[in-house]
Amino acid sequence: MNLLIIFIGAILINNFVLSRTIGICPFLGVSKQVETATGMGLAVTFVMTVASAVTWVVQTYVLERFGLVYLQTVAFILVIAALVQFVEMVILKSSPTLYQALGVYLPLITTNCAVLGVTILNIDSKYNLLESMVHGFAAALGFTLAIVIFAGIRERLALADIPKPFEGFPIALITASLLSIAFLGFQGLL
Amino acid sequence: MIRVITAISILGGIGALFGALLAYAAKRFAVETDPRVDQLLGVLPGANCGACGYPGCSGYAAAIAQGAPTNLCPVGGASVAAKVAEIMGVAADTMERQVATVYCRGGKAECGTRFQYDGIPTCKAAQAVGGGDKLCTYGCLGYGDCFRACTFDAIHMDENGLPVIDEDKCTGCKRCVLACPRNIIGMRPASALVQVRCLSEAKGRDVRAICSAGCIGCGLCEKACPFDAIHVHNNLASIDYSKCRNCGLCVSKCPTKVIVEQLGTRPKAVIGDDCVGCTVCKKACPVGAISGELKAKHVVDPDKCVSCKLCVEKCPKKTITMQ
Repeated sequence: MNLLIIFIGAILINNFVLSRTIGICPFLGVSKQVETATGMGLAVTFVMTVASAVTWVVQTYVLERFGLVYLQTVAFILVIAALVQFVEMVILKSSPTLYQALGVYLPLITTNCAVLGVTILNIDSKYNLLESMVHGFAAALGFTLAIVIFAGIRERLALADIPKPFEGFPIALITASLLSIAFLGFQGLL
Repeated sequence: MIRVITAISILGGIGALFGALLAYAAKRFAVETDPRVDQLLGVLPGANCGACGYPGCSGYAAAIAQGAPTNLCPVGGASVAAKVAEIMGVAADTMERQVATVYCRGGKAECGTRFQYDGIPTCKAAQAVGGGDKLCTYGCLGYGDCFRACTFDAIHMDENGLPVIDEDKCTGCKRCVLACPRNIIGMRPASALVQVRCLSEAKGRDVRAICSAGCIGCGLCEKACPFDAIHVHNNLASIDYSKCRNCGLCVSKCPTKVIVEQLGTRPKAVIGDDCVGCTVCKKACPVGAISGELKAKHVVDPDKCVSCKLCVEKCPKKTITMQ
């Protein structure tokens, strides 16, 4: 039951992009097409789930044991950077098209604050290993959900007749904020 | 102290562990790429200017490997095109180096202003305010949009408010051409050493009234040209580079000094000892620089010679050289 609450909570109520406003860079950058947005979402999902597990292990068995909790941020970034490198290699091997489509945003997952954010939130919320992984997975699903919905809207916006000053990023930002308000409706779910 | 050592060793250990894993993964998930792409990337200039039409040098390298033309890089020019062609194993497509040229000589001293412009100091902004403050609607506004657009440090603004292009540094990327709101900067082959530096199609009298360095369409250059290479259309002289031989006669005749040349020291024709006195060169010379009697060795007056090389081509004994 606890896991289900974490799962639903991370996707809908505390949606990383729309409620906690972290991970905005890829949210705005890779959301022009649903296809690339889905790819980005999948890459982030993989990285965030594995990063949640690895950082929990690093935190519990290395940092806390040796009293090095103050090195948390540095150590976590190290873990995330290595993971992203790994994911990049796998994607390049398995799907060059997806690799081309993600372009510069794949290496940018390294500095995607959503990934670092979820790992630190796991520790701060005192989750155990399983809870951390579920939370990381669900948060990434929430990210994917938000970015795919947003990309769908932006695909339509590209064809819409928008006043000149609002073309491009202005209308995208307004859309993002409206989407964020819509997600506020989930606040009373649990 | 011990805490510092633990911290360093633990963090270093984590790093080393991940490094080893990544090294293994790099081998395990290695993708066979076309080795030529890396080689091509090595010979391309790496400026990532995009002038070839591809997103950066790596994009162009990948495109060449897929069969794109080898001579699209204006920055590297012929030498890079040759290296690229060598890697691809095809004959190099020759390309004439193009350089940017400012087609205006009317700086602050030569051409005045219609009003005092105190707005944003860019050409684009000045152009948007009533078509610019310059008296001449064809002339350089002098706020340096081209200077800021140049990423190769090849454009400088002189004290007269005109951009000066360093042709050795110019790579022909055309950024300045795009930046100029008045389309004053154009590309020309680097071997075209004589240019009419004016774009004004206004009548001669109108040009004279506002600018002392504009083409007034007087036609003196047209008359001076021995090769029929320069003509006045719409009150503006223009050079046909397929005929121009860089002799510079028009340059010396131009009353407003709007025709300029880049030739420094000109090589002069010298007639060798094989001359049989056929007088062919004498007849060919457009400026009468060659003198001599029939069946006697001819001589070139170096002061008159304009290095057009017509005599070199015409000489049946091939004994005339440029020195």
